[in-house]
Amino acid sequence: MRPVLLIDFGSTYTKVTAVDIDSPRLLGTANSYTTVQTDINDGLADALFQLEKKTGRLDFCERYACSSAAGGLRMLASGLVPELTAEAAKTASLGAGAKVLKTYAFKLTEDDAEEIKATDPDIFLLVGGTDGGNSDCVIHNAHVLKEIGGSYPIIYAGNRNAARECERILSGREVHICENVMPKFGTLNIEPTQKQIREVFLNRIVQAKGLSKASELISGIMMPTPSAVMAAMKLLAEGTKAQKGIGDLVAVDVGGATTDIYSVCEGLPDDPRTSLRGLPEPYIKRTVEGDIGMRYSIHGIIDAAGLDRVAETAGLSPERLSEIVEMFAANTDMLPYDDETARADEALASWAVRVAVTRHAGRLEEIFGLGGLKLVQTGKNLVNVDKFIVTGGSLIHTEHTGRIASYGFYDEEEPESLKPRACDVLVDRSYIIAAMGLLSEHYPDAALTILKEELQEERAYEQSSK
Amino acid sequence: MEKKTIVIGVIGADVHAVGNQILYHAFTDAGFNVINLGVMVSQEEFINAAIETNADAILVSSLYGQGELDCRGLREKCDEAGLEGILLYVGGNIVIGKQPFEEVEKRFKAMGFDRSFPPGTAPEVDIECLREDLHIQD
Repeated sequence: MRPVLLIDFGSTYTKVTAVDIDSPRLLGTANSYTTVQTDINDGLADALFQLEKKTGRLDFCERYACSSAAGGLRMLASGLVPELTAEAAKTASLGAGAKVLKTYAFKLTEDDAEEIKATDPDIFLLVGGTDGGNSDCVIHNAHVLKEIGGSYPIIYAGNRNAARECERILSGREVHICENVMPKFGTLNIEPTQKQIREVFLNRIVQAKGLSKASELISGIMMPTPSAVMAAMKLLAEGTKAQKGIGDLVAVDVGGATTDIYSVCEGLPDDPRTSLRGLPEPYIKRTVEGDIGMRYSIHGIIDAAGLDRVAETAGLSPERLSEIVEMFAANTDMLPYDDETARADEALASWAVRVAVTRHAGRLEEIFGLGGLKLVQTGKNLVNVDKFIVTGGSLIHTEHTGRIASYGFYDEEEPESLKPRACDVLVDRSYIIAAMGLLSEHYPDAALTILKEELQEERAYEQSSK
Repeated sequence: MEKKTIVIGVIGADVHAVGNQILYHAFTDAGFNVINLGVMVSQEEFINAAIETNADAILVSSLYGQGELDCRGLREKCDEAGLEGILLYVGGNIVIGKQPFEEVEKRFKAMGFDRSFPPGTAPEVDIECLREDLHIQD
């Protein structure tokens, strides 16, 4: 047996996962509170103690960690046009596992400057203009950043013709120059920026956040947690040389404060005559709904879905649901304790999934012109995706995961939303997805075997029968 | 000298792709940096592309007769978006029915289009006008 330890320093919990890579299997998992304020190793030691109570003593040959502790990788970004370079900047940052607090478009204002100063991000991503295109905006924004001051690193991935000038304007600051996120109009080139974000995370952020003490014990904090989840989803979809993957998939992670959606697929139109609108979509896409979450962002679910509709799903009166929502919002660590609160929690989770997947999925518009009917697609077409992965506390600790997941499926009544048709629902009951993403860096075959073994298939429900 | 950047596309719900493709090749061969938005392009898409690429001109095509409606307000939106003074051309079957082109041209001039081109204009004519208006010397 060769046990490997995988650690996820979360904002609240430090989760540890032990696997055997000789005959790939899960040995056990445990968690404890994250202790980033004092010494992060205290929480880790406690989690390990809990783990070894279950598994017996383990001599780990390797230890890897990911982290979303101390607020995660907090980023701000600025671009030029909201739908173009500003969107590209956001897509790049989210795909690198960052928590994007805000994306600015056009020239930064005095108010923006104050906000940026108050936010004091971990990284600022400065972009704008295609290569040879607009440079006024990005140069103006570089001046604003210079004036604000601060010590956070700045990644420049805008118009290459303005790169050196921005570097000069920001002299004295840590500036990393990358290839443009949109070198030519309408193209997306986000990998170089994502690589740079990850490097800055490893070299700088890990230390700044007091996580480096842990790195003495372990082989390295390798990535922000969402990156680990993305790595696991890519592996699961594509497979390895030796093992087949399960193909295109969508994954949902409903948390207390945010809901993350991942899709691994090309997402092209079914009908080749459909024209595509907007930026090209990344093959692995992550979106984060900051207003959709089961506790801190519980009001966002009600705002987006409507109190009456959620109440109907829960089989409760709107008044009663409203009371429960207020109670959960005020007590963010409260779990459902009776039938009514369980039904409320499930209905809220269902609508969180529905809203977040709808926002992630592309849309198909029908336009009637003189040439007849014309179809226009914006975003990714997920209709043909047939694997739906579910993770996150509120979804993996209920018996009704399949029913909740089905709220993320294609709905005949809303045919313009390109959500997946009825899918196989795979549930991350042992909560190991991020850990397997970490493991996949060095042991992809073991990670894939364990993922396939541990993700449990759940009965999915057709939209009509929910 | 530095290449001039122009944005081209077919406005509105118009799906006529062939002429636009011919224009793309003709302008590219003539030495322009051409941002081709294809068919069914909204006013906002023309403007966004022009901002991001720092374009010198926007050339709007329309072949299905609705051009006058589709083009209305484009100049004002350009002004609003900080593209004051950007060169605006329009061409194709830009109005319904047979109308004297001088009148059509006048109406589009009033809408803020620097030049209008009737059906059947050869790309060379547009290129000559662009060279003149953008002060391109060989």
